[in-house]
Amino acid sequence: MTATLAPVPVAPQQQAPPPSRRWYAGTGAHVILVVLLVVALYPIAYMIGTSFKSPQEIANNIDVWPTRFSPNNYPEGWTGIPGISFGRFFVNSTVIAAGVVIGNVVSCALCAFAFARLRFPLRGLWFAIMIGTLLLPHHVLVVPQYVLFNSLGWINTPWPMIVPKLVATDAFFVFLMVQFMRGIPRTLDEAAEIDGCGPYRRFFHIVLPLTKPALVTTAVFSFIQTWNDFFTQLVYLNNIENYTVPIGLRLFLDSSGQSAIAPMFAMSVLSLVPVFLFFLFFQRLIVDGINTSGIKG
Amino acid sequence: MAYTVNGPPAVDAPDPPTPTRRRSEATAGYVFLSPWLLGLFGITVGPMLYSLYLSFTDYDLLQDPEWVGMENYVRMFTDDPTYWNSVQATVLFAVTSVPLKLAVALGVALLLNRQRRGVGVYRALYYVPSLLGGSVAIAIVWQTLFGGAGAINGLLGLVGIGGKSWIADPSTALGTLVLLAAWQFGAPMVIFLAGLKQIPAEMFEAAALDGAGRFATFWHVTLPLLSPVLFFNLVLETIAGFQGFTAAFVISGGQGGPADSTLLYTLYLYLRGFGDFQMGYASAMAWVFLIALGIVTALVFRSGSLWVHYADDGER
Repeated sequence: MTATLAPVPVAPQQQAPPPSRRWYAGTGAHVILVVLLVVALYPIAYMIGTSFKSPQEIANNIDVWPTRFSPNNYPEGWTGIPGISFGRFFVNSTVIAAGVVIGNVVSCALCAFAFARLRFPLRGLWFAIMIGTLLLPHHVLVVPQYVLFNSLGWINTPWPMIVPKLVATDAFFVFLMVQFMRGIPRTLDEAAEIDGCGPYRRFFHIVLPLTKPALVTTAVFSFIQTWNDFFTQLVYLNNIENYTVPIGLRLFLDSSGQSAIAPMFAMSVLSLVPVFLFFLFFQRLIVDGINTSGIKG
Repeated sequence: MAYTVNGPPAVDAPDPPTPTRRRSEATAGYVFLSPWLLGLFGITVGPMLYSLYLSFTDYDLLQDPEWVGMENYVRMFTDDPTYWNSVQATVLFAVTSVPLKLAVALGVALLLNRQRRGVGVYRALYYVPSLLGGSVAIAIVWQTLFGGAGAINGLLGLVGIGGKSWIADPSTALGTLVLLAAWQFGAPMVIFLAGLKQIPAEMFEAAALDGAGRFATFWHVTLPLLSPVLFFNLVLETIAGFQGFTAAFVISGGQGGPADSTLLYTLYLYLRGFGDFQMGYASAMAWVFLIALGIVTALVFRSGSLWVHYADDGER
């Protein structure tokens, strides 16, 4: 299997526009792009707008924005599920996401350093297996992992979500970091080696500090993926006390009538706020991350 | 600059000077690798083998697995119409959503590539659906948008088209899932855009000198030079396309209806395994899925040699 995968982008070539380019050049493209953008962002605008509509407007007003803003849907949704507050779901999601972020960053960095910088027997074989696990569908493992975690008494705990990340099972991030570490000048290692640094000190004092951008990318993507994850959490969490945000959101669907739509949308908006904030702060890193390895939020 | 994935990155350092140093580096290598090795055998390979064993058993988590030989596989292929419905829905979903998503992504990337101003802003905004699209929240929005009293019908009503519940109709329910998948075209678009930036401007200038029109330039210059990126996107999206779950689960209320039309393979696997606790049957389904997906991926890779054009082909 010899395949050239993603081209790692280098600086885009700058060139002067050809002289024939007039001020209106590209206006047609701009118009198409804006129209497409409106269509693409419509569902999100609709979600936000609807979250502020009163029950009457839900039924009658199909405009994106409500004529009168009613923020009541937010407190109503927050306490809308009997016996439990939505805040509990946010806490549960945050605990799992924090564990996954730490686990991925630490374990993938260790593994990537071995592949990128150290020489050991069977290295090629292990690397090929690691790449192979990139293509392994997650759903194949869910039944036996459930049996395993069930026998350990981990159902309704965060461990089934966190423990696999502590042992670098997210090969995408290992791959991302290997690629990144390859770009760090080897002369730095060699200089340290001549000064008597062993592999451990080279990792902690030379390579790890320089890998920071890849570590941050891994942390950001791990957070977004875990926050949006539904399948794993659906399988392992079946006690309402342990529900995360996506599983909690589903409860609204069970009780859905016209009156529940606006509070449900309000909580949907809230559930996406953390992901959106991460995107705002780390936009550049996210785009670069997609380009180097094809990972997605 | 491109990299290959068929081997580990070369260690180009000079050989470590002494055997002792070499041995200590080998030890360190395995120390650094130990968490990953633990995960590989404990969480990946071990469970995979266990699931292979389970696939030949009847197992409901309460009683010990009971060996039934090939029964699960035989039942799956010959005696479970729902299984074939789910295969059909999955294949239909993948073969429609993947090309549609890639076509939109490529089209928008081509438009964006001709711009100089505002590319960063457009790129970020077009990426937002990819960022949020996999969430339960957006699936809920989709269900409402395409429902009987949803906004899509409201919009259609404005132009005089009578609406219906697109979610409740077996002939259109899967279509709403395809639209949701295609809507998340931002991620492949970002990759296309990076690929387009790599094409040297001289290529287009040469084509223009030869009198090539816009379409001829696209077909004979842009597309061949972009084919490795297209291939990369195709592999990623195909693998993802066969594994859709969240939207199908939420929009169909966890059942894959109406009439099994949105019963994607992973959803049916979930229902068998965690709804009916038929762990043996679900394991057999998982193994068939793994093999089928392996064949599909291999076919995509094989097809790549026919249409993917690498800049360094001449050197081989």
